[in-house]
Amino acid sequence: MNESWWSWDHAAAVLPMLLEGFFKYTLVATVLGTLIAVVLGLIVAMTRRVAPGFISTPVTWVVEFIRMTPLVVQLVFANLVLSPYIDSTLAIGIWVLGIHYTTYMAEVYRAGIDSVPKGQWEAATALSLPLLRTWRAVVIPQAIRSTLPALGNYAISMFKETPFLVVIYIPEMVRVAQTYGGDTFRYTESITLAGLIFLVASYPTSVLIRRLEKRLA
Amino acid sequence: MDGVIGFFEQLGPNIEILGARMPQILEGVQVTVLAAAFGGLLALVISFVFGIAQTVKLGAVRIIARIFVEFFRGTSLVVQLFWLAFVLPQLPYPFGWQLAPLAIGVLALGLNYGAYGAEVVRGSIGSVPKGQYEALSALSLSPVRGMFRVIIPQAWALMIPSLSNLWIQLLKGSAIVSTVLLYDLYFRVEQVRDQTGTWFAFLFALVAYYLVAWVIVIIMNALEVRAKHKIGRGPALSDSLGTLLRPPGGKNVARGAMV
Repeated sequence: MNESWWSWDHAAAVLPMLLEGFFKYTLVATVLGTLIAVVLGLIVAMTRRVAPGFISTPVTWVVEFIRMTPLVVQLVFANLVLSPYIDSTLAIGIWVLGIHYTTYMAEVYRAGIDSVPKGQWEAATALSLPLLRTWRAVVIPQAIRSTLPALGNYAISMFKETPFLVVIYIPEMVRVAQTYGGDTFRYTESITLAGLIFLVASYPTSVLIRRLEKRLA
Repeated sequence: MDGVIGFFEQLGPNIEILGARMPQILEGVQVTVLAAAFGGLLALVISFVFGIAQTVKLGAVRIIARIFVEFFRGTSLVVQLFWLAFVLPQLPYPFGWQLAPLAIGVLALGLNYGAYGAEVVRGSIGSVPKGQYEALSALSLSPVRGMFRVIIPQAWALMIPSLSNLWIQLLKGSAIVSTVLLYDLYFRVEQVRDQTGTWFAFLFALVAYYLVAWVIVIIMNALEVRAKHKIGRGPALSDSLGTLLRPPGGKNVARGAMV
């Protein structure tokens, strides 16, 4: 075994494949998953706030259940159940990611909505604004401001959890790295580079969000 | 034999199948609980060591701790798991260790969530009121003694809800360990799926994880009540058994705390 432990040839060979997996799957899943979580999270938070008990209580239970059970199991479950009806495994993966993080985002929005002063609601009533307009023009704009840093944090968190998609065989970056290692019997370059790409992408983003957090605080 | 209707039609026979396979499933439960318990313990130790290290006066210690935390937070759990399982054995002497699957799982979970926990510990120490630090100098307590007798007991009460969330995250993250040949609860349930159908097997798995998560919630709620009581900010545990069943989440989830 005279082979050196690190081979730049292997690193150069695998890097383009990793980047392809990164842009085509990892990043796409993160962006679309976040979008789903941002929209559904708001809907869930509003439902829990305005719907009568017989709707909001079961919604709360389901949300807590999804939040307290593993994403991996949810991914495999959804894939097995839905694959006869939905062709794209990636779509299933993105929806599961999005719905899992919806349960976090709903909590973020709830805190945001709670932080809107009671006087604002009273003022809306005094002006006899319709309910929908109260939400759209008064509550949500104020609530959303305080939710931005947490939203960013969950987007980063989801980014780092996209490798869980390996369990449904989506060729995102880490799956590409693992496959390359299996094919060539050299895992060192591919897995290490995958980790470094995560670090390079997530660290500056998290610094930015921390700065945003300080500015909004 | 599958689908929602199949789930109810086959409920009786499926429970029997599950009963017959119980030994293997319990082995899986044991592996998951072990990984979550030892992983959680390692994460707790790492959280405290690197959380406190970020608050010391010596700049070099702070910087090293900071790099450690950012590195393990930033590189993703699955990558760390694969690195320990596939890359570490290929490294030259004195490395090249082929670790046991359980050790790989515990190490990866402990390092990753420990790095998140270090941020929680650092933040909680930082949010102990300034007056408490001033009181330390007024009473001329040594910095180390003050840290362990005054600051940490108060910070501990503050950090438990976040650590509770992190521990649940760790339990959930542990479901990935079968990719490095550690046969946990998820893996064992996946094995019975052929016989029981998807719905039954996976609903069972989800409920099982949910129950384990609730054990964590109850332990952490108990610790929180005790910690608050000890610093004189709440009733004794025996007087507030109701709070043990308080669901997790709330403020910490809303802040994006485990990120």
